[in-house]
Amino acid sequence: MGLFDYFHANRNSADVAKERLSILIARDHFHRNQPSFLPALQNELLEVIKKYVDIDQDDVTVSLDREEDCEILELNIALPEKGCYKEA
Amino acid sequence: MTRIIVVTSGKGGVGKTTTSAAFATGLALQGYKTAVIDFDVGLRNLDLVMGCERRVVYDFVNVITKEASLNQALIRDKRIENLYILPASQTRDKEALTMEGVETVINELKETFDYIVCDSPAGIEHGAYMAMYFADEAIVVTNPEISSVRDSDRILGLLASKTKRVVENKTPVKEHLLLTRYAPERVKNGEMLSVDDIHEILSIPLLGVIPESQSVLTASNQGIPVIINKNSRAGLAYSDCIGRFLGEEIELRFINTKKGGIFGKLFGGR
Repeated sequence: MGLFDYFHANRNSADVAKERLSILIARDHFHRNQPSFLPALQNELLEVIKKYVDIDQDDVTVSLDREEDCEILELNIALPEKGCYKEA
Repeated sequence: MTRIIVVTSGKGGVGKTTTSAAFATGLALQGYKTAVIDFDVGLRNLDLVMGCERRVVYDFVNVITKEASLNQALIRDKRIENLYILPASQTRDKEALTMEGVETVINELKETFDYIVCDSPAGIEHGAYMAMYFADEAIVVTNPEISSVRDSDRILGLLASKTKRVVENKTPVKEHLLLTRYAPERVKNGEMLSVDDIHEILSIPLLGVIPESQSVLTASNQGIPVIINKNSRAGLAYSDCIGRFLGEEIELRFINTKKGGIFGKLFGGR
């Protein structure tokens, strides 16, 4: 579908606006509630892991969730295929 | 007990000054002694909307720097009893609003006023921060347009984290959503976010909806707050907001498309 068609799609623009806003605001809230050190933590972890394995920025995600009175720091590292391991 | 109300939005041009002027005037008309402060230092405009620009001698910054007393700087409205305006400085920059200075002025106003309305500048910089810091209640002015809604959400985040009430562990700032420039016809055609959509996204109590209206421009041209105009839909909608703010239950009007008939003819486009 070309850009021209996009503007002529059947959906009305208010619905598009609402959908975009809902996603945007959910994302804003997610970032707002994170402590400010998380991006730095993510970068430093990435640097350490890169010493041993070839990975990209996107392969490491760090997030903090709150559940009642405890906080959970969740760390996700997607390791690549075996061939990418660096030799010590 | 004095209540301090900040009129804020994040985004510029959505109607903060129009709303501040209407609100302060409306509260004064109900008999409450009300002061409205322009926090937009460097871009003074409230005096124009209130029609007292030629009577400005001293301003908010002069009071903070003790070059003038509060009584010298406060302008008494010529039309409405109980209404006073504290204009912003046109020549200084926003850093002139020190936290201590603003607090001193607000505390002095609290001795005699029932309501203090703070007209915030756009943005989330120092001036906006000072305008919201001492607030008990916040009127978040929003247009049915995505960037305005997103900015309002950002401001709500700041109200919940950066105000004196939060710092002092008091009950949070009471938030009110005010939707302005609403065009029911465009909502009906699916071209504009509806009041329900925005209410759902921002999820704070709705104070009112001000319809898009030519009378808002006419009022600011003349320097007469639009709430005084009883032939204007926007003016009447603002009056309803004052009633709701003071605890009355008033149904929303002007949010559906015109039905024609005498009411539509009377208020068509006004």
